[in-house]
Amino acid sequence: MSTGMVSVAYVVASVLFILSLGGLSHQESARRGNLYGVAGIIIAVGATLASFGSDGGIIAIAIAILIGAGIGIPIANKVEMTQMPQLVALLHSFVGLAAVLVGFSGYIEPLVATTGTEHTIHLVEVYLGIFIGAVTFTGSLVACGKLDGRIDSKALTLPGRHWMNLAAIIACVVLGSWFLGTDSMGLGILFLVIMTVIACVLGVHLIMAIGGADMPVVVSMLNSYSGWAAASIGFMLGNDLLIVVGALVGSSGAILSYIMCKAMNRSFISVILGGFGQTSSSSAASGEEQSVYETTVDEVCEELRNARSVIIVPGYGMAVAQAQNGVSDMTKYLRDKGVNVRFGIHPVAGRLPGHMNVLLAEAHVPYDIVLEMDEINEDFPDTDVVLVIGANDTVNPAAAEDPASPIAGMPVLEVWKAGQVVVLKRGMASGYAGVENPLFFKDNTRMLFGDAKESVDKLVSGLRG
Amino acid sequence: MKLGIPKEIFEGERRVAATPSSVKKLTDLGYEVLIETGAGDRADYSDETYKAAGATIIEDTKALWKDANVILKVRAPMKNASLKKHEADLMTEGSYLVSYIWPAQNPELLDHLAKNKITSFAIDSLPRISRAQKMDALSAMANIAGYRAVIESANHFGRFFTGQVTAAGKVPPAKVMVIGAGVAGLAAIGAANSMGAIVRAFDTRLEVREQVESMGAEFLQLDFDDEDGSGTGGYAKQMSDEFIKAEMALFAEQAKDVDIIITTALIPGKPAPKLITEDMVKSMKPGSVIVDLASERGGNCEATEPGKVATKHGVTVIGYTDLPSRMSKVASDLYATNLVHLMTELTPEKDGKPVVNMEDTVIRGITVVNDKDITWPPPQPEAPAQPQHKPGTEEPSPAEVHAKKEAAEQAARKKSLIGKMALLAVTVFALYGVGAHAPESFLSHFTVFVLSCFIGWQVIWNVTPSLHTPLMSVTNAISGIIVIGAMLHLAQAENVAVGIMAFVAVLIASINIGGGFYVTHRMLKMFRK
Repeated sequence: MSTGMVSVAYVVASVLFILSLGGLSHQESARRGNLYGVAGIIIAVGATLASFGSDGGIIAIAIAILIGAGIGIPIANKVEMTQMPQLVALLHSFVGLAAVLVGFSGYIEPLVATTGTEHTIHLVEVYLGIFIGAVTFTGSLVACGKLDGRIDSKALTLPGRHWMNLAAIIACVVLGSWFLGTDSMGLGILFLVIMTVIACVLGVHLIMAIGGADMPVVVSMLNSYSGWAAASIGFMLGNDLLIVVGALVGSSGAILSYIMCKAMNRSFISVILGGFGQTSSSSAASGEEQSVYETTVDEVCEELRNARSVIIVPGYGMAVAQAQNGVSDMTKYLRDKGVNVRFGIHPVAGRLPGHMNVLLAEAHVPYDIVLEMDEINEDFPDTDVVLVIGANDTVNPAAAEDPASPIAGMPVLEVWKAGQVVVLKRGMASGYAGVENPLFFKDNTRMLFGDAKESVDKLVSGLRG
Repeated sequence: MKLGIPKEIFEGERRVAATPSSVKKLTDLGYEVLIETGAGDRADYSDETYKAAGATIIEDTKALWKDANVILKVRAPMKNASLKKHEADLMTEGSYLVSYIWPAQNPELLDHLAKNKITSFAIDSLPRISRAQKMDALSAMANIAGYRAVIESANHFGRFFTGQVTAAGKVPPAKVMVIGAGVAGLAAIGAANSMGAIVRAFDTRLEVREQVESMGAEFLQLDFDDEDGSGTGGYAKQMSDEFIKAEMALFAEQAKDVDIIITTALIPGKPAPKLITEDMVKSMKPGSVIVDLASERGGNCEATEPGKVATKHGVTVIGYTDLPSRMSKVASDLYATNLVHLMTELTPEKDGKPVVNMEDTVIRGITVVNDKDITWPPPQPEAPAQPQHKPGTEEPSPAEVHAKKEAAEQAARKKSLIGKMALLAVTVFALYGVGAHAPESFLSHFTVFVLSCFIGWQVIWNVTPSLHTPLMSVTNAISGIIVIGAMLHLAQAENVAVGIMAFVAVLIASINIGGGFYVTHRMLKMFRK
C-alpha cells in the first residue's frame, strides 16, 4: 500500500477515534461510539500491516496480536464490575510498558534517519517517552495493587518524600543532558536504563503516597499519562495518528482528574503530592459524647413503605459488599409501589470516575433515575427517606458546616436535609479521609449496622414479606 | 425485671403507656412486660394484640402494681377510687416509676414517692437538649394538641377554612391567629395553613420568626425596641409591662379581624398569662372560635372554662385540657415510643435492669426521686440555645466583614492574575523556542498535537459523568494504538533484542486493545433506561 493511502487510512482512524469519544456524551450513542473506536483500530492496524508488503515480520505481528487479544478479551469477559478500577489501572500499566519498550527500540534502531537538531529532538522524544512510560507502568501497577487490596491503600508517607521526588526528577534531567551529549550507543543505553529504573521507583513512590480516597484522581491521572506516553512515542516515530490519539487520551485523563479534584475541593498538586488523610482531624476531638440512634430492618422497611420520595446514596461500601443487585431489587419493588426512588451519585464515589454508575447499570437500575450531585442536591429537603449505603465522606456535613474540618469546602450530598436519613454501615469507623462524620449523630439519622449486602437483602425480603 | 403497664384511671384519659410495637422493643431490652387488662382499649389496642406482641395480661390491678418492678404510665400516680388506695402505695418498695409527675406542682406526691422508696422519672422534666429529643413527650403531645386544636376549632366554626369561589357565591377564607409558636403553636399553624386558612402568629421570642414563616404563617411583630422574650432552655420568659401593653394592643386589634384564635402561651412555673380579655372576646365577630391550649394552667383567655366548651358573647371558647387524649391512638404511639427511648437510655446493658446514672444530663434531669431522696429540681441545664457574645470580643460589623472579604477576593484575583500572566509568559517563551529552533518536520507534528489536545478538550467536556468509567476504558483501549509503533519496529527489526522488545510491546498493547474495547462494550450494554 502506498504511503499516501496509509496516511489517508490514519486520518480516517483519527476521525473515528474522535467520534468514538464524542459518542460517549450520551448513553444512547455510547455503544455506537465504542464501535467507532473498534473500527478505527482495525483500519489503523490493517493499513499498517498492508504497508509492510509481504515481509517476514507480519507473521510475528499476527502471532503477537492474536496472543494479546486472546489474553485481553477473556479477562475483560470475566472481570467483575466491582473490579473495574483494578482492571483499568492494570491496562494503563500495559500502555506504559509498551511505551518504554517502543522507546528503547526507537533508540536502538531509529526508523527515521535524523541529523542535527532533528536528531536532538528525536533523542528528547525518546527520553520523554520512556520516562513517562516508566512512571505510568509502575504507578499503575501500584494503583492496581492498592485498588485490589493487595497493597495497603493507606497513604505511605516517607519523611522528606517531596525532596526524594524532586531529587529523582533532577537526576533524570541530569542523566538526560548526558544522554543528549553522548555519541556512544552503549553509554546512551546505559543512561536510558538508569533513568528508566529511577522513573520506575518514582512511579511507585508517587502512587504509594496517595490514599485510597484519592484513587479516582490517580487512575484518571495515570490515564492521562498513558496518553502523553503514546503521544511522545508518536513524535519519536513521526506518526501523526499516535500523536492525535495520545493527545486525545491525555487531555481526556487530564479533564477527568480536574473534575475529580474539583469534586473534592482539592488542588491537583496536593493530590499528586499525596499524604492526605494523615492529618489528624481537629473536629473529631469535639469531646462531647454523642449518641447514635440505631434502627432495625423492620423500622426501615416501614419508613420506606410510607415514603413518597426516596433517594439512595451509594458509596464504595456498596461496591465492596457487592450490594448493588439487592439495591436494584429494592428500587424496583419501591418503584412498582409508586415510590419515587432516585440515586444521588457523588463525583468521587467509588474508586473510579463513574464507578457507581457502572455498578448500578450492571444491576439493571435505569440510568435516568441515577442523578449527579448537582442535579439532586436541591431535592433533599423534599425527600422523605435517604438511604446512605456505604458512603461516608461524600455525605459529611462537616464539609459544609465546619471550616476547621480537613474536608471543609468539599461539595457533598446534603442528605441531612431530608426528613429521615438511614445509614447502612458496618461500624462506626471513619471514611478514607479519616474524618469524623457528624451526620451519624444528627437527630434525623438512624444507623443500620451490618454488612451492606446482608442489610439490603434483609430490607428487600422485609419489604416483600 | 418485670415492667408493668397499668390502665389509666384519670377521668377521660384514653392514652396508654405502651403499644404492641413498643412492647416488642421493651422485651428486646430484657424486660418482661405485664399489661393490665383493658389498658389499651381506649387507644384501640386490644389485649389480644398485646398478647401477640409478647406481653402477659394481668386481670388484677393490685397484682400488677405489686409484681412490676418498673411501672410505665401516662398520668401522675393518684388515688384509685375503687381500690381506695393511692397508686403510689400499691407499688413495692425499691421499684421504679416513669410517668408525668409535674414535680413543681406536686411536692406532696414527691414526698409520697420518696417515703415509699420509689425511684421516679418525670418525663415532663426532661432537659431540652438535642440528645433528649427522641424522649421528649411534651413536644410529642404538644404537636398533637396543636393539630387537634385546629380540628376542634374547625368543628365549631361555621365556615370553610379555605376561600372558595362557587356558583353560589364567594366564600372568604378563615383568618386564624396563633399566639405562642412553640411546638403546639407551630403544629396548629401547619394544620390551619394546610386547610387553607390565612394564618398569623405571634410569639415574644423573635428567634422563632423563621420557623413561623417556614410553616406558612405571617409573623406579627410589635413595633417595639426589640426586646427578645427568649428565656433559658428554649422557653419564653416574662416580659416587661410596656411590652405587654403593646402586645395587648396588637391582640385587641387582631381580635376584631380574625375568626379563630388559638392560644398556646405558657411560661414555665407560672400561671398562664392572660392575653385575651373579656373585651377582646366581645369585639370578635359572632361565630368566631377561641381554642385555649393553656386552659389547664388557668387559660390565656379570661372567658375560658377549663375542660369545657363555653359560648360567651357569641364566641365559642374551647377549653379542653385533654386534646392529646382525644387522639389517643397516635398519642399512645408517640408516648410509648418516647418511653422506649427513655428505657433504652436507662438500660444500657439491655439486660432488663434500669441503671440510674446521675452523671448523665438526661437521666439526672428526669430523676425526681432517687430511692428515698427527692432529687428535684436538678442543677440548671446548660442554658444558651444560641451562641452568646463573650464580653470584650466585639463582632466585626457587616461592613467590616464585607470589606475584609472584598480585600481577600481582590488578593486572590491578583494572585490568579499573576499566575495567569506567568503561564502566558512561559507559553509564549516556549512557543518562541519551538518556532525559532525546531525543524519543519517537528512543527507539522507539533501542530497536529496541539490541535488534537484542543479537540480532546472540547469532546471530553461533553461526556456525561455517568459514563466516566466507560470513557476511561475506551480511552485506554485506543491508547493501545501504540501498537502501531511496536508493529513498525517489529516488522523492520534487525537486532534480536529489538525484535523481542517490539514483539512484547505488540502483545501487551493488543491485550489493551482487545480487553479495553470488550470491557467497554460489556459496560455500555448494561446502561438502559
